Amino acid sequence: MDFQPTKDQQALRAGMRDLLAARFDRQALRAAVERPGLDRALWQALGDAGFFALRLPESAGGVGLGLPEAVLVFEEAGRALLTGPLVATHLAAGSVAGAASGESVVTRVDGPLVAWLEEADHVQGDASGARAMRSVDPLTPLHRSRGTRTPEPEAVLLAAAEQLGSAGRCTELAVQHAKQREQFGRPIGAFQAVKHLCADMLVRTEVARAAVYAAAVTEDPYEIAGAKLLADQAAVRGARDCLQAHGGMGFTWEADVHLHLKRAWVRAEQWQTADEAAEVLASAL
Amino acid sequence: MDLTYTEEEEAFRARLRQWLAASLPELPPRPDPLDWPARRAYDTAWQRMLYDAGYAGLHWPEAAGGRGATPTQHLIYLEETEKAGAPYVGANFVGLLHAGPTIAAEGTPEQRARWLPPVLRGEEIWCQGFSEPDAGSDLAALRTRAVRDGDDYVVTGSKIWTSHAEVADWCELLVRTEPISEAVPKHRGITWLALPMDAPGVTVRPLRTLAGSTEFAEVFLDEVRVPAANRVGAENDGWRVTMVTLSFERGTAFVGEVVACRRTLAELAAVAKETGRWDDGAVRRQLGWLNAEFTALWRLTQWNVSESERTGGVPGTGGSVFKLRYSHARQELYDTAARVLGPDSLDLDRDWTLDKLSSLSYTIAAGTSQIQRNIVAERILGLPKGR
Repeated sequence: MDFQPTKDQQALRAGMRDLLAARFDRQALRAAVERPGLDRALWQALGDAGFFALRLPESAGGVGLGLPEAVLVFEEAGRALLTGPLVATHLAAGSVAGAASGESVVTRVDGPLVAWLEEADHVQGDASGARAMRSVDPLTPLHRSRGTRTPEPEAVLLAAAEQLGSAGRCTELAVQHAKQREQFGRPIGAFQAVKHLCADMLVRTEVARAAVYAAAVTEDPYEIAGAKLLADQAAVRGARDCLQAHGGMGFTWEADVHLHLKRAWVRAEQWQTADEAAEVLASAL
Repeated sequence: MDLTYTEEEEAFRARLRQWLAASLPELPPRPDPLDWPARRAYDTAWQRMLYDAGYAGLHWPEAAGGRGATPTQHLIYLEETEKAGAPYVGANFVGLLHAGPTIAAEGTPEQRARWLPPVLRGEEIWCQGFSEPDAGSDLAALRTRAVRDGDDYVVTGSKIWTSHAEVADWCELLVRTEPISEAVPKHRGITWLALPMDAPGVTVRPLRTLAGSTEFAEVFLDEVRVPAANRVGAENDGWRVTMVTLSFERGTAFVGEVVACRRTLAELAAVAKETGRWDDGAVRRQLGWLNAEFTALWRLTQWNVSESERTGGVPGTGGSVFKLRYSHARQELYDTAARVLGPDSLDLDRDWTLDKLSSLSYTIAAGTSQIQRNIVAERILGLPKGR
């Protein structure tokens, strides 16, 4: 038993982080907030890097890797707040033409919400009668639909991995800020109240990490439900605590914290909600 | 990322399982929790059985008389003994998990030969003389004094919340050998001594816990002479020696109990189904949430163990992350039990009621949750020290 990521897995994660640092840094993120819309060139770059074809067999032109590797790259996507219907397009690779290569954008009706409906080249599921809503997340356009939820365990897990990445990033942002921001003549991170806020963020993130990674290895649907439940909690609570740690600055549009919180809310409503996951987990008892 | 066990590990598991199935029926009935001599006899008998079967000190190094098992084998041991309903480490807790590993790591060959075999064979019980009335979580503030006099230290002071003190043969005692001053910061000037509990001048007064039992005691030390040969590590170096002990405590002490919590949760779900409480969606989902919680805590244990296996070191600060979450989850479990059991949760004859009461100590013992958060914030996240 060696539950730690292998060298290859670490290299894959580092490669994804580098790609996103080059193609979707903070400046690009803030530009996307000001001019919403999907960056097709970036989508193509993700396709070229194998993001969508990661789990397709090599014989089908894919990378031939598994869920643990997918979880690591989706965690990076979550850290960077990468936009677009990432999970739906990844799942469609191999069944929808152009999805694997990043030439097509695929969205899916995964319940009462559909993301990126107008930008998508392909829609899986019945989105007839869907109405646009003013999405709380400036980086995720949403429609209300009459769709019913069919949570595929893999989709649930990949969304959980994005939540994990967001939770980890929010912990870093809070710690960075707490080390720099001075009040009463000292960094606020020296105050126990702030310290404990940050410590709790880390604990929630690390518990969620163990759950997400283990579920990727076992592919057990109950563990996947648990991973989503804990990752949702880590992301939503983490972003709220990060906002709190930023004080007045955290409540402004300029700080990135609100973007993490809003995306975490959106993901918490997608694929499998906390109540649905808890019911799945209860049914295992 | 791999969660499968090797053939060798599975063979170890199979042998252990077989031995447990054959041996556990030989154990006498569990003693009354209030009867300490009976508890000592029961716990040491179990330790002797482990010793005879070659399972004593499984994760201790071979040089210390242990089996030199890998952390993964230790994990398998904890999982299987708990699943089989084997006794906990009980009164052997301090000897096996604190004092023993500390002596193994920091003691002289003579000290290892004197103290380690009796721990492994279940012949001697240790207690932990760390906390004092004015030094609990602020351990470095301890004031029990030891003054060198010839070949002895003369020790005066008092300890509190000392588990197993009533029946212990030895105490891992922290004393101050250099007064706190501007020149000597309070975490310096501390020395680790092995105190024989039958030495003249040692008085033990049991303390009653809120659960009604006497799990711990006050220990008064009145000019107790302790041979200098009983000092583990250098004089005034006790703080560093103690940190070795605490990393063991936080790293491994609660691991087996996660398995126990998963079993309790399954029993609780069965009760809820019988009594109809299961039909309350809020209660049902709370049970589901706890299922996620304890499964994840078990995975976090595997994460920490495989990390320490890679680095080859003692369990690190990951133990604080685990302890923080686990101690609170355990209390949540009994809060949920109360929702399921209703008035029955107030019945002291229900198994769960005593466990619920004892779970209140988990966020205090071995460093309070507040201290653990400071450790996580300062040592893992690198936030500045302060108040």
